Amino acid sequence: MLNVIFLGIAISLMYAAPLCFTALGGVITQRAGVDNIGLEGMMAFGAFAAAASAYFSNNPWLGFLIGALAGGILALVHGFIAITLKGDQTISGIAINFIGLGLAIFFTRILFNGMASTDALQRKLPKVFQSLGFNFEKYPALRALEIDITVVLAIVAVFIVNFVLYKTVYGLRLRACGEHPAAADTMGVSVSKIRYSAVFLSGIFAGFGGGAMTLAVISHFTPTVISGQGFIALAAVIFGNWRPIGAALACLLFGFAQALAVLLSSYTAIPTQILATLPYILTLLVLILFVGRSVPPKANGQPYFKGEA
Amino acid sequence: MKKFLSLLLACLFLATFVACNKEQKTDESEAGNEVTEDVVTQPEQEAAEEAETPATAEEELDLAGKTAVMITDEGGINDESFNQSAWNGMERLEQELGIKVSFIESHKDAEYIPNLELAVDQGNDLVWGIGFLVKTALTEVAHDYPEQLFGLIDDVFEEGEVPNAVGVEFAAEQSSFLVGYIAGMMTKTDKIGIVIGAEFPTMFRFRYGFEAGINYAAKELGKEIEFLYNNIETFSDTAKAKATAQQMYHSGADIVFQCAGLAGSGVIEAAKELDQWAIGVDLDQNSLAPDNVLTSALKNVDVAIFEISKRILSGEELGGQNVLFGIKDNGVGIAPSSDKHVPAEILEKVDQLIELIKADEIQVPYSEELYNEFMAGLK
Repeated sequence: MLNVIFLGIAISLMYAAPLCFTALGGVITQRAGVDNIGLEGMMAFGAFAAAASAYFSNNPWLGFLIGALAGGILALVHGFIAITLKGDQTISGIAINFIGLGLAIFFTRILFNGMASTDALQRKLPKVFQSLGFNFEKYPALRALEIDITVVLAIVAVFIVNFVLYKTVYGLRLRACGEHPAAADTMGVSVSKIRYSAVFLSGIFAGFGGGAMTLAVISHFTPTVISGQGFIALAAVIFGNWRPIGAALACLLFGFAQALAVLLSSYTAIPTQILATLPYILTLLVLILFVGRSVPPKANGQPYFKGEA
Repeated sequence: MKKFLSLLLACLFLATFVACNKEQKTDESEAGNEVTEDVVTQPEQEAAEEAETPATAEEELDLAGKTAVMITDEGGINDESFNQSAWNGMERLEQELGIKVSFIESHKDAEYIPNLELAVDQGNDLVWGIGFLVKTALTEVAHDYPEQLFGLIDDVFEEGEVPNAVGVEFAAEQSSFLVGYIAGMMTKTDKIGIVIGAEFPTMFRFRYGFEAGINYAAKELGKEIEFLYNNIETFSDTAKAKATAQQMYHSGADIVFQCAGLAGSGVIEAAKELDQWAIGVDLDQNSLAPDNVLTSALKNVDVAIFEISKRILSGEELGGQNVLFGIKDNGVGIAPSSDKHVPAEILEKVDQLIELIKADEIQVPYSEELYNEFMAGLK
C-alpha cells in the first residue's frame, strides 16, 4: 500500500514538472500583458532542441539550457508580432504552435537521417535519490518515490518566479505593464522592453518544460512527446489565478488526477475509457467548486499604443 | 489614369474568360482521354490475363511501366514504423519488378482525401493507403472512383463493402504469441504485463496472442504466471505509458510488452530506469534501450506491400477482399536482435513454435472467445 502511495506521488510529480515550467512562463507573459497561446509550440521546439543538443554534446545539462534558449528564440518571434507590430496575439500564438512542432520535426529529419524521432540519449538528467547515492537496498519501498531532478528544479523555479514577481522592482514594473501600461509608461517604464523580456522568459520556461519531457520523462524526442501539455499549462495559469504558486498547484492537481487514473485502472475494474477523462473532469470540478472568480490582468492581450490611455 | 485603369480591368476580364475557357477545354480533353484510356486498358487487361498462363518471367516483364503510389498516414514517410516499412516494400517493387513507385505524405486527417484524389488523378495503377487512420477517407474515395484499384494496410473492409479495394491485415497475434512465449520462459518474478494504446480488434490480436504465449510457456514450465493488462487510451501520451509501466514493474512484473505506438517509448523508458525488460512492437526497438529491450514483435509491412502489389498488378482480382499476412508469409515475426538477450535454447524452441504455427498445429487466438477456447485446449 505504501508502495502505491509513493508511486502515486512520484507519477503526479513526473506529470506536473514539465507543465509547471511552462505554466510559469504563461504567468510571466500574461502578467506583463502579452497573451501567449504559443506555449505548446515553444515547448515542442524546446523539447527537440534539448534532446538533439544533449544527444550531440552527450551533456544533458547543456541540452536543457539550449532547449530553453530555443523556446526563448521562438518566443521572440511572437514578441515581435505582438509588441512591435501590435498584431493579433491569438493568431500569432496559433502560428507559433504550428511552427514550433513543424520546425522540430523538420530539423530532426535533417539531423537524424530523415527520421521523425531523435535517437535515444546516452545520458539523461539525473534522478534525485540516485545522484544522492541513496541506498535502495535498505529502503526498497522508497524506490517507487524516485523522482527526476527536474521536479526539484520546477519547485525552485516556482519560488524564484514568485519572489521576482512580488518582491522586486522588475516584478512590480512587469505587473504594471499587464494592468495599466499607460500608467507604467508615464512613470518612465519602457513597456515594450518589459514586455519583450517577459515574452522571452515565457519561451525560456516553455523550453525548460519541453526539455523536462525529452531529457527526464523519456530520453529522446518524438513527434507526439508534446501533445497538449502547453494547453494544459495555459489552463493552469488561469486556474491558478495568474499566480506562480497557484499555477503550480493547478499543475500538481492535474498530475495527481493522471496518477489516480493510472493507479485506478491497475487496481480497480473501472473502465479505462472513463478513467482517461478523469484528469479533465476532476480539473473542471475543482475549478467550479473551489476556485473563486479568476481575475485576469487587465491589459492582457492588448497591444500598447504610446499616448493612448 | 481612369482610362488606363478601365483598360487594364477589361484586359483582365478578357484574360480570365480565356483562361476559364481553356480550363474547360482541357477538362473536356482530359475526360476524352479517360474514355480512350478505358478502352485501351480493357484489351490490356485481356492481354495480361492471356499472359498469365505462360511462364512467370513474361508476367514480370508485364509489370514494368505499371505505377503504384502510397499515401502515408500522419506519421510521414520516415516514421520508423509502418509508413517507412511500407516504403521499403515499394522500393523493392521498383528495383525488382520495374514498377514506378512514388509516395504522398499526409500530415493531418484532412489531407487524406485530397492526397488520395491526387493519387488517382496521377493515373496510378494502384493506390495504397497506409494505416487504419486512412480507412474512412480511402473508403470514400474508392466509392467515387470505382475503376481505380486501392489497397489498405492494417485494416479490413466488410466483405464486398468496397469492390475495388483490398484490405491487408497482419496476424499480430502470432508474433505476440512468440514474444509472449519468450517472456514466459524468461520471467523470474512470474508476473508479466502488457500496455496497449486502445481497445479494438487489431489491438486484441496483440493482447490475446501475448497472453496465450505466456500461458503456453507457463504450462511447459509447470507454473502459473500472472498477467497484468492495462489499456492507456492513448497512442501519444508517453508520460502515461511510462507511469503505467512503472506501476507494473513496482508491483512485481519484470517484463512488459508495449503496444501503444509512439507513447510506447514511455514503457521502454520505465524499463531502462528500473532495469527491467520491455518488449518492442512493429519494428526492432532494441536501439531505444539496448540493454532493456528483450525482443520485439515485428510487423513486416514491406513484405505485404510487395506481395500484394505484385499480385494485383499481375491481374489477380483481389478487390473487395481482405488478405491476412501471418508468419507463414513472413508478414510478422520476432526481431533479429532477440539473440542478444534471449538464450539460444529458448530461440530454438521459438523456431519450433514457428513451424507449429505454420503447420496450423497451434492456432493462436486473436479474440477473447478464441482465447478461452485455446486455454481450454491447453489444460
